[in-house]
Amino acid sequence: MGRYVVRRLLLMIPVLIGTTFLIYSMAWALPGDPFASRCGQRPCPESFVQAETERLHLDDPLPIQYGYFMLNMAQGDFGQTSNGESVLEAASRAFPVTVKLTVVAIAFEIVLGIGVGIAAALRRGGYLDGFFLFVSLVAISFPAFVIGYVLQYFLGVKLGLFSVTVGRGAPWEDLILPGFVLASLSLAYVLRLTRATLLETLKADHVRTAIAKGLPRGMVLRKHVVRNSLIPVITYIGADVGILLGGAIVTEGVFNIQGIGGMLFHALSIRENATVVSVTTLVVLVILLVNLLVDLLYARLDPRIRYE
Amino acid sequence: MSEPDNVAALEKVEGAPGTPSSAVPEVGRSRTLGGDAWETLRGSWVFWGSLILIGVLVVMAIWPGLFTSVDPRACDAARSRQEPSGAAWFGYDVQGCDVYARTMYGARASMMVGGLSTLMALLLGAGMGIYAGFYGGWIDILLSRVTDIFIGIPILLGSIIILSSIPTPPDSDFLNVLKVSLAIAVLAWPSTARVARSAVIQVKQADFVAASRALGASRGWMIRKHILPNAAAPVIVITTISLGGYIGAEATLSFLGIGLQPPVVSWGIAINDAAAYIRNTPHMLFFPAIFLSLTVLAFIALGDVVREALDPKAM
Amino acid sequence: MFSQKTTSPVEEGKPEVDENQPLLQVRDLSVVFRTREGSAQAVNKVDLDLARGQTLAILGESGSGKSVTAQAIMGILDMPPAEITSGTIKFRGKDLLTMPEKERRLYRGQRISMVFQDALSALNPVYTVGEQIGELFTVHRGMSRKDAKKKSIELMDKVRIPGAAARVTDYPHQFSGGMRQRIMIAMAIALDPDIIIADEPTTALDVTVQAQVMELLAEMRRETGSGLILITHDLGVVAETADMISVMYAGRTVEHGPATKVFANPAHPYTLGLLESMPRLTGAGDRLYAIPGLPPSLLNLPSGCPFAARCPRAEDICRQDPPPPAVEIDGTRFSACHFAEEVVAHGVR
Repeated sequence: MGRYVVRRLLLMIPVLIGTTFLIYSMAWALPGDPFASRCGQRPCPESFVQAETERLHLDDPLPIQYGYFMLNMAQGDFGQTSNGESVLEAASRAFPVTVKLTVVAIAFEIVLGIGVGIAAALRRGGYLDGFFLFVSLVAISFPAFVIGYVLQYFLGVKLGLFSVTVGRGAPWEDLILPGFVLASLSLAYVLRLTRATLLETLKADHVRTAIAKGLPRGMVLRKHVVRNSLIPVITYIGADVGILLGGAIVTEGVFNIQGIGGMLFHALSIRENATVVSVTTLVVLVILLVNLLVDLLYARLDPRIRYE
Repeated sequence: MSEPDNVAALEKVEGAPGTPSSAVPEVGRSRTLGGDAWETLRGSWVFWGSLILIGVLVVMAIWPGLFTSVDPRACDAARSRQEPSGAAWFGYDVQGCDVYARTMYGARASMMVGGLSTLMALLLGAGMGIYAGFYGGWIDILLSRVTDIFIGIPILLGSIIILSSIPTPPDSDFLNVLKVSLAIAVLAWPSTARVARSAVIQVKQADFVAASRALGASRGWMIRKHILPNAAAPVIVITTISLGGYIGAEATLSFLGIGLQPPVVSWGIAINDAAAYIRNTPHMLFFPAIFLSLTVLAFIALGDVVREALDPKAM
Repeated sequence: MFSQKTTSPVEEGKPEVDENQPLLQVRDLSVVFRTREGSAQAVNKVDLDLARGQTLAILGESGSGKSVTAQAIMGILDMPPAEITSGTIKFRGKDLLTMPEKERRLYRGQRISMVFQDALSALNPVYTVGEQIGELFTVHRGMSRKDAKKKSIELMDKVRIPGAAARVTDYPHQFSGGMRQRIMIAMAIALDPDIIIADEPTTALDVTVQAQVMELLAEMRRETGSGLILITHDLGVVAETADMISVMYAGRTVEHGPATKVFANPAHPYTLGLLESMPRLTGAGDRLYAIPGLPPSLLNLPSGCPFAARCPRAEDICRQDPPPPAVEIDGTRFSACHFAEEVVAHGVR
């Protein structure tokens, strides 16, 4: 196990360097004036241009620029918004809200995604199975902001079941609907993945053995079918944390949530691209770290990997 | 999918661990998986439904004038936000433009971004994947690491960084579309590359390819004759599904105000404009949203039903 | 099998049986597989008998219905696509087929157990072997996990897995093929069953390990005094261990009788063909015989004898009429051939 962790971490280093370099190039090394479209409709203030040029060493050759970019990030310096606030500070205020939203979304994935997936697999070919397969296809196809607005309109405005926006401090009950919307795409994938792996595990030889051992049906299902099927599903949900953090930008925009996604959404709507780039970079880095953690956790679930 | 040979590579999936081979009696004449898939597809209403829908949307994208005689850019602020009526089936939007006409004309931008980003991602992804899978060794290791790097960045966030770092090109609808397509394709190719690579590796290990190599076939001949036809099916499936995804991505980017920019007529822009008025005049949002979602659904459903037919075990 | 709701816990423990009744009596068993292409008659009116302490070998090539028969006895057929269309399977006088699933379950593992062909896939990869053996004791005997583990080590010792106490916490993939099959055997004998069914137990193993595993299986059968049903296509294995032989072809039993007699003097042309296609050390230089042709499709069985098309002895009656269900030969065995007596007397040529 220890060796596995070390190996994963070592393998991660070149990827991390590559990814950060890619982000850096996309953000600062594209041809043209780097400040041409960063501060909304107006040109960037001279002070901002100077501060950023100095911070990022934009006058130096590319590798040096990248070096300073990494150094800045290592020191927690993600730049500043065009009105001078530290991006890291603003982001760390917003982050807890996004984490809460993500937790709600993952809860939906686990409870609804896995639960319905199992139910659908056990009734393969039945009406319930067909219905959920179709619903999941719709959820995959409809962009999150469409689902968000539709649910907001019907469940919030028309029926008044949920509040249409999220209040200050983002209380849990206000996050139920946004959390569901954020989860909708992944929820559909989790459902389908659970159903597919379960159907495959049901046919596995070791399940036949379990039945031949005279185990009660419920126990065969729980211990030998569901437990085995959950390994890829849990891996998927783990990897999904990153996708959810990225998707939060749309959901938080639709429901006006003051999280990191809402911050991005707001910056985008006033075309303050400097902030957009810095915050997005920060989010992508968080995602990379989360994915690494999930990768390591995966090894704990499947003994075949642990001893590889 | 009229060519059953294309899916021979997937055939070994059938014999994967599942029912012990001795348990199921050998049944009747042998049948190819491809022929079987075609049989399944022929009777599937999802397959025909999505195919017809895509056909209609393609026509709409090329000749929107067939569907409406109203100019989508003829707007009159006096009819701003009017509800659907006999004169305007989908009502009017904030600027007083005909929502129906704008929805019909919006298909073009969506389909173009979808098509262009798919084409670029396919060329880049399939090229890299086939190259890595076929040559293996350090080329494979290197290209796989590059793929890992790109796959670590979510498409939406990556495109946001790119799009907010390059200025909007001056009044050219096509450059605007190209810019968004590029931003999507740059981050989208790795999934195609992975699928192509594993398909190629699977084919490469098949006995008939080994036999062909033993007989001294040249590399180019082997790639054309064996690798490409056999790796095509999974790549086509992922490409179809991705196309739907890219159309959704474009709409999301345009919705965020960073994708396509007016005066381009697009569903995403329309939804973005309408979002602020959802409480009172939801029709401005629902019609473009429905068309957008149906388009994405059509491509994803098509890819899904083909994949299901080729490999019933996959999700 | 999983479509219904889980029922409330049933009373565990070994089901009571009447020891005076015959151990296993299969009569008129037919199994059909419903597939997209049509119905495949996998097992066709099969009769079997097994007595305590006896080893019955079911011999046949793949698709002959031998594994399906075993799975029907075990009650682990996938239904659908399989369907049992006729017959009874009586264990100590009780018909397993009409028994409610709740009760049937208790026979599995406790009264009848099974050793599968490929131990790697037959064992669950995410549990240790100790957990998988121990499960039998926690479920059927209500033991604590600690006691069950102790039992697992005992059993692993018994099937001669070196260092059992240390290896009990290992996962299946950490064992060699032969050791894994020993673990399967340990599970099969754990609850002292009356019948052990071994479905091609050595096919997936190296030749050198095959003999050891067969020997262990035979030894365990002797020790427990149970009956053994050995499903195989390996004539060598049959010759060494079987008391009785049933030869299956295209879903039917074509010959049934004491192993020595069937081997010495087959009464069905198919059995004869099988024996002749077996390489022998004597008579080197002879060409190895192969039965010409292929078995018929189970979807579309001929109206006459299914072997007729490949049979050197076949006459018009074989192609037109179904084979006789059982021609008794010298009071001890049966053959489903119109010319059984002649085959015994003169062979087929």
